[in-house]
Order: sequence, then C-alpha cells, then structure tokens
Amino acid sequence: MKNGRLLIAAFGLILVPLLLAGTGDGAWMTKVPEKDRQKQSPFDADPRAIAAGAKLFRQNCASCHGDEALGREKRPNLHSDRIRNATAGELQWLLTNGSLKNGMPSWSRLPEPQRWQIVTYLKSLQ
Amino acid sequence: MSLSRMRIVISLLAGLCLTYVCPVSHSQENYFVTYSHQMEEPGNLELATRSVSGFPHGGNSFVGSVLELEYGVRAWWTSELYLDGQSTANESTLFTGYRLENRFRPLLREHWINPVLYFEFENINSADKSLLEVVGHDGRADFLSRNDRSEKKREVEFKLILSSNFKGWNLSENIIAEKNLKAEPWEFGYAIGISRPLSLVASPNPCRVCAENFSLGAELYGGLGDRYSFGLHDTSHYLAPIVNLRLPNGPAFKVSPGFGLNSNSHGMLLRFGVSYEIDQIMSKLRRK
Repeated sequence: MKNGRLLIAAFGLILVPLLLAGTGDGAWMTKVPEKDRQKQSPFDADPRAIAAGAKLFRQNCASCHGDEALGREKRPNLHSDRIRNATAGELQWLLTNGSLKNGMPSWSRLPEPQRWQIVTYLKSLQ
Repeated sequence: MSLSRMRIVISLLAGLCLTYVCPVSHSQENYFVTYSHQMEEPGNLELATRSVSGFPHGGNSFVGSVLELEYGVRAWWTSELYLDGQSTANESTLFTGYRLENRFRPLLREHWINPVLYFEFENINSADKSLLEVVGHDGRADFLSRNDRSEKKREVEFKLILSSNFKGWNLSENIIAEKNLKAEPWEFGYAIGISRPLSLVASPNPCRVCAENFSLGAELYGGLGDRYSFGLHDTSHYLAPIVNLRLPNGPAFKVSPGFGLNSNSHGMLLRFGVSYEIDQIMSKLRRK
C-alpha cells in the first residue's frame, strides 16, 4: 500500500512537468519584455568581441546550428530575416532563456558578457 | 567473454567513438554533489566518471566510482544512468548497482530562482561507496565494516533543485528526500553550491588552459536526519572547494577536496571527475 502511494507520487512528479511544458510559450520574439528588447550590447561591433563570439559559437552552438550558422537538420539557419531583424537585446534574451519547448536550451550558464559576445557575432553575420 | 577482454573491447569502442563519431564539446556540471538548473542540451550525451576517495580512521581506504551517462531528452528533461562500483584497500573491488535519474524543469524561462524536479531510482547494495549525496545519518561509521553486499537497497530519491545565475555566479540549493522501499523511514539531506568562472569575458584567440575555461567554487552538503529524528544530531557534513577546467572541444576535469565538519564525517574526501560531451549523438549515428 505504501509502495503504491509512492509510485503514484513518483508518476505525479514526472507527469506534472510534462503537462506544464505542454502549455509553454510559442513564438519567442513576442515574449521578450520591452526592457530586454531595448538592451544594447556593451561590445557593439567590436572586432575582438566578434572573434570571441565566433569562438564561443563554435564551442557551444555549432553542433546544432552548423559552423557557419546555416542550420543543421531541423535546427534553424541564423542568417534568416528573423535574426537579421531582431535587436541585440532580443537575441540576448533568447540566449538567456532559451526556447525550451522548441528544443533551444537556456545558455544562462554562460556569463552575460559571453552571451553578448555571441550576439555581437550573430549580428555581424547579417 | 573474460573481464579483461571485455575491458579491451569497451576501451576500443570508446576510443573509436570519441575519435571518429563523436567530436566532444564541454560538459557543464559545476559540482559533484549539488545540482544546478543546467540541463543537458537536447540530443547530447555526456559520458562522465566521478570518483571519491576516503581514508576513514579505523577502516580501509576506498575509492568509490560511478560511470555516468547523461542524455538530453528535451531541453527541459534530462535523463541519466549511473553504474556504481568501489574498491577498498585490503578488501575487494565490487560493482555495487545502478541508478536511473530524471530531471525536469517545470518553468520554461529563466527566473531569479529556477526550480528543477529530480527523481531517482537506485538499485544498489550496502557496499556502495559512491557518496553521490549524504542523507539521514550517513557517516564515517558506515565505512568501517568490511565490504558487504548482502543488503539490497532499492531506494527512491527526490530533490528539489533551486538554482540562480547572477553576474557570472551560480548559486544552487538542493533539498533531498530519500526512501528505502523496504519500510525504512524517509531520510533527508541538503547540498548548496556556489561557483564562478575565473573570467566572464572570452578572449578572441583560441586557448585551452586560460582563465575563461576555469571555474572555482565550493559546496556544502550533509544529512538532515530522518522522519523520526529530523535535524543535525548524528549527521555528517562537508565543505568542499572545487576547481573545474573545461577544455574547448575536449574533456572537462574537476577536482574537489572535501573536509568533514564534525566527528561523524570523514576527515577528508577527495573527488575527481572527467567528462566528455558528445554532441547530437543520434543525428551522428543516423548519418553514419
């Protein structure tokens, strides 16, 4: 009886996050708060930041998005209009939060300056 | 197949995999005992070994090891399999069981505090010395008797993981509840970790042993008694600084000397870990 209760609790713990995840966000760009959208990169178009961002991109992002950021399998091409038109703040928000429902992990484990370096590199691609 | 032949085959397979099939990227776990809200990237497989050495007074020195396979099922769901073993001086070397673990991120965005729900099933025996967590009244005395596999431990473990990233720092807190399914009481424990990379900004030049690839941290963990005797009485606690080195497109290494904080604790536990992360393993296998 006790084991039965334990199993029900365990299934509950597994199912609740699955259900919650199913009601997650959709198009990430519409979810970006205005204050994040307006944020400016501290590196602007600094060539050293672009080079560092390219290095970080190869280390962390290229396995899904390809070495040239052209996408791979179902993972998006980052030379797209959506990325071209996105503000630096929007891209930074996406890197920080990810889009977990759509398979994009959160990169909050990278320090904020490194995320800005990646954003600077992405903007340099356009 | 003999054990030595099996080891050779496994080593060859691992070598081939790491050389040809699976370019590695860095792993992300900062701690040995504490979990942060960092999940495995979807489609990536992390292979890791963690070992802990202890030198109990009045007992034999031991090395407890786990082989860890961590897979990112979804961006919000990470699954792991652990294979546990141990070797005790003047006694024996034993396989002590396995653990299956799942972690879920219920909130899909980054918050000040990010919760993760953790569920684990353990099928280990009483000779296990992997010390992946400390709960209940676990302590040095458990390690003084000779290796004994007679008691099977089928346990479930729940953790509430709370974790925050702020200005390059990670602060993680884990609340642990564990229960042996054989009518033993719930046992409780905690783990707290803090870490930070040595450099927050990446250099434009490729580098391997440079500040941005190192992180330093510390963790504090211990038992909180059980359902009938909750608290610090007759529990053990450790404080452990940690050094991490993540080689870009290569393995990650971490080392942590842990110091016992009371008489129930081991004087010192020395932990060492190596991990490889294999990017998008299923896609690579499909392409081959």
